[in-house]
Amino acid sequence: MTEVIAGALIAAGILFYLAGSIGLLRLPDIYCRLHALTKADNLGLGLLVAGLVLLTDDLRVALKLILIWLLVLAASAAGAHLIAGQARRGEGP
Amino acid sequence: MDGIALILLDALLILVLLGLAWATLESRDPRRGVVLFIAFGLVLALAWARLAAPDVALAEAAIGAGLSGALLLAALRDEPEAGHDPSEPEPATPAKRRLPGLTNWAVGVLCLGLGLVVTWAFVDTLSGADPERLAGQVMARLGESGVSNPVTAVLLNFRGYDTLLELAVLLAALLGILALGPERGGYAPAGPVLAGLGRWLVPVLILTGGYLLWVGAHAPGGAFQAGAVLAAAGVILRLAGYRTAGLPQGLALRALSLAGVAVFLAVGLALLVAGRPFLGFPPAWAGTLILVIESAATLAIGATLALAFIGGRPAAWDSPEQRRALNPTQVHNQP
Repeated sequence: MTEVIAGALIAAGILFYLAGSIGLLRLPDIYCRLHALTKADNLGLGLLVAGLVLLTDDLRVALKLILIWLLVLAASAAGAHLIAGQARRGEGP
Repeated sequence: MDGIALILLDALLILVLLGLAWATLESRDPRRGVVLFIAFGLVLALAWARLAAPDVALAEAAIGAGLSGALLLAALRDEPEAGHDPSEPEPATPAKRRLPGLTNWAVGVLCLGLGLVVTWAFVDTLSGADPERLAGQVMARLGESGVSNPVTAVLLNFRGYDTLLELAVLLAALLGILALGPERGGYAPAGPVLAGLGRWLVPVLILTGGYLLWVGAHAPGGAFQAGAVLAAAGVILRLAGYRTAGLPQGLALRALSLAGVAVFLAVGLALLVAGRPFLGFPPAWAGTLILVIESAATLAIGATLALAFIGGRPAAWDSPEQRRALNPTQVHNQP
């Protein structure tokens, strides 16, 4: 049962990655692309980590996986903010 | 089923690597090339992980992709289109300098030769009598090395000389960086988001560095990966506007940069005095000595890589007294 739920979570995560990648390639401007990339990747990795946490028996491994997700969340949010800010400044006032 | 899936994954990795390498080299815009190079390094780390070499994968991700990427991007800052620094004049130099035809051919021939040698070595290893002859020897004597991670056993014990010389190479590179002249300009103080991220991330990075150093004794990790993570903390601090990248000043900074080679040599010489071969650790002490050497090496590697990101002789290299002492002497030397 756990494995089925984990598989479903991981598959859902992969779908989010797919959507994010398509958004990155197809959306018209940098802000829309950032939106697609950060939202989809954060949620995609979150679902992936949730699935992997279910599959492991070791609490330490589970905590490390969650820490990785939190680090990616922080880095991705801050990175998106910096890129968007730089793009806005580049456009002029 | 598993076998086919893994073969498909490996084939995909190889294709992506070749594609990224080609795109990196063909890229007209240097910034685009650097970003592709970072992506190449990350996929290469995955390939190492697939080859069951997690130590190399960690080093490739941290140094090959992460810090090299940061160094290349910092170097590009002085190119035109930087847009960061209003003090930079004349955006005149061409963004891309094509190699002349003859050099291209020479590089091509050299790469082909290197490729043939590597292929020959690979085939020779595979067709050898015992493809694991060195690995077998390492595993047979792992118990005497003081650590249970065979990679650390080779790097710090069985082939300690090599690692000592690697640290010396890093020190020589640092001397080259210092000889480049004064450091590059610092970055403007960061806005609340990057500053906040730094305050939150730098302690985590220091903790991660310590963890990688400690875990290297029995699992993938070690001084180089830990030092690269410490240097990453320095890069974030400098990007957030801390000019010194979190490094100490004056004598402390010099001692830190020398620590790796100095402690390694001191341990080796002390063993020589005690009547053992140079770097021939007694098995009972090996674990402790390796940890001492790796701790010093971690700090030195972190400081060296952070200094590389600063990109020149930092103002902090000389202590305040030395800087004050230096300027009057230069004036006095004028006849």
